[in-house]
Amino acid sequence: MIHIFTRARRQSLHDPQPLRVSFGQVIVGLAGVIGLLFLLLPVAVLAIEGVRAQGWLNAPASGVPQAITLSVATTFVTSALTILFGTPLAYLLARWRFPFKRLINLLIELPIVLPPAVAGLALLETFGRRGAFGPALETVGVNLPFTTAAVVLAQTFVSAPFFIRSAQVGFQNVARHIEDAARVDGAAGWVLFRHITLPLASRALVAGLVLSWARALGEFGATILFAGSLQGRTQTMPLLIYNVLERDLDAAIWTGLLLIIMAVIALAVASWLRQTDEPAE
Amino acid sequence: MRAEHHPAHPRPLPALAAALLLILLAGSVTQAAQPQALIVFAAASLTDAFLAIETRFEAAHPDTDVIYNFAGSSTLAAQILQGAPADVFASANPHQMDAARAGGQIAGEPQIFAYNRLALITPADNPAGIESLRDLATPGVRLVIAGLGVPARAYTDAMFSRLASAPTYGRDYWAAVRANVVSEEENVRQVLLKVLLGEADAGIVYRSDVTPGNTDRLRALPIPRLINARAQYPIAITAGSAQPERAAQFIDYVLSEPGQTILAAWSLIPVRSLDGAAGS
Repeated sequence: MIHIFTRARRQSLHDPQPLRVSFGQVIVGLAGVIGLLFLLLPVAVLAIEGVRAQGWLNAPASGVPQAITLSVATTFVTSALTILFGTPLAYLLARWRFPFKRLINLLIELPIVLPPAVAGLALLETFGRRGAFGPALETVGVNLPFTTAAVVLAQTFVSAPFFIRSAQVGFQNVARHIEDAARVDGAAGWVLFRHITLPLASRALVAGLVLSWARALGEFGATILFAGSLQGRTQTMPLLIYNVLERDLDAAIWTGLLLIIMAVIALAVASWLRQTDEPAE
Repeated sequence: MRAEHHPAHPRPLPALAAALLLILLAGSVTQAAQPQALIVFAAASLTDAFLAIETRFEAAHPDTDVIYNFAGSSTLAAQILQGAPADVFASANPHQMDAARAGGQIAGEPQIFAYNRLALITPADNPAGIESLRDLATPGVRLVIAGLGVPARAYTDAMFSRLASAPTYGRDYWAAVRANVVSEEENVRQVLLKVLLGEADAGIVYRSDVTPGNTDRLRALPIPRLINARAQYPIAITAGSAQPERAAQFIDYVLSEPGQTILAAWSLIPVRSLDGAAGS
């Protein structure tokens, strides 16, 4: 808290009128500090509690390793699917002109703000056994709910928009004159995309991917509805936290700590990629 | 953004912030001035019965507003142990009550107010053709049960181990059933939901979960009394309750004849005999 205050002071030195701190500024500063503390304190307390309780000691008994393996494996597949289908979509949205583009742009972001339980219900109604495509899938022997594939679908559904939006902005920011210059040199189609557009947009793509991966890693609501919870098959790290909360709080806190560390790394990588991207503009 | 310091110009932003703070403060004050709210933490399997009890209890006690927190008993016990504001705790399992008690969060002696039994349910169209507990071992059946730590799970496990020790079923039976479990849900209501949605072929829930509202979408198969569990539901006032008298009134109502009649109407087994009906 003291650090934050001295920081704020130092910044106010750059102000033209450093000594005249008005009532309004005090209020704004105070509210800002309260806001900051509110956002950081719970995570900090959880981290301290996790280290203090040494939850890793009995973590194996609570199925934490299986959950970590499953989370890593499913988010990997989710990321692969996101790249495979999200990149073309982002490219279309960035470069092509077609009717209802604005509406589509808006709808693509819907899964981000959709309550997770609604997302899970929507997936069930669509791909569940009694869902719109359930019977058709069943005739080809595919039964999605309660499978690891359902976990991947739930994760992709809620996380892909983060990648698509970032990739779209990345493609839009590639200067057209560079592409035109390459065209003059004879590049076209896939070659142009592969050697000019993609490398220039790569930072935005990777930043988006990291963010969507972090979101997939934390996915809970849609997964528990659509995929259920079974150790080693559908019980990812967030589901495990919810499951062991009452039996083994320490293991839950420790798993939460792992997720926080992964999320912080993802955020740091994304922000670093964005920062180094800025001078290019 | 540079702040211009002209005293004649009112700055809207700080004023707005101050107003917001005031509203927040005022909100917390008015909330504290509502002592009529009685917060009851109740097991998910009590949802329908307790909602019916609320209507009748509030009619008899107009100064009380019963507010429920329905969840798995283990979740409720954890919340109470973490200091959640509850006046009454109604658990689906003595174990969870004991846990809250061991943590010093329960005042006085808990009282058993109802019993419950397990039921085997399938969707109404019974896609996997389940006719008995034995059919749960058929390969490919998608069975959903409550997760570890949920009271219903302890009863479910006990029931299956009783079956497994019977010579006609045997150990392989339990192993085959376990292999068919596709999900271990957070509470019994989630098990019910997965069967109602038709995603699961069968589920083990409480008898009280099969209600008039869902019988058209469910089939409930009776489980023989000899192997069935008898779940005990204890209720108690929490140590942190600021209004133990009001909490005691609620508990008294649950144990009274009208309260017990409501519980019986929702397929729970009352602890006191009602007009000659058996008490267990």
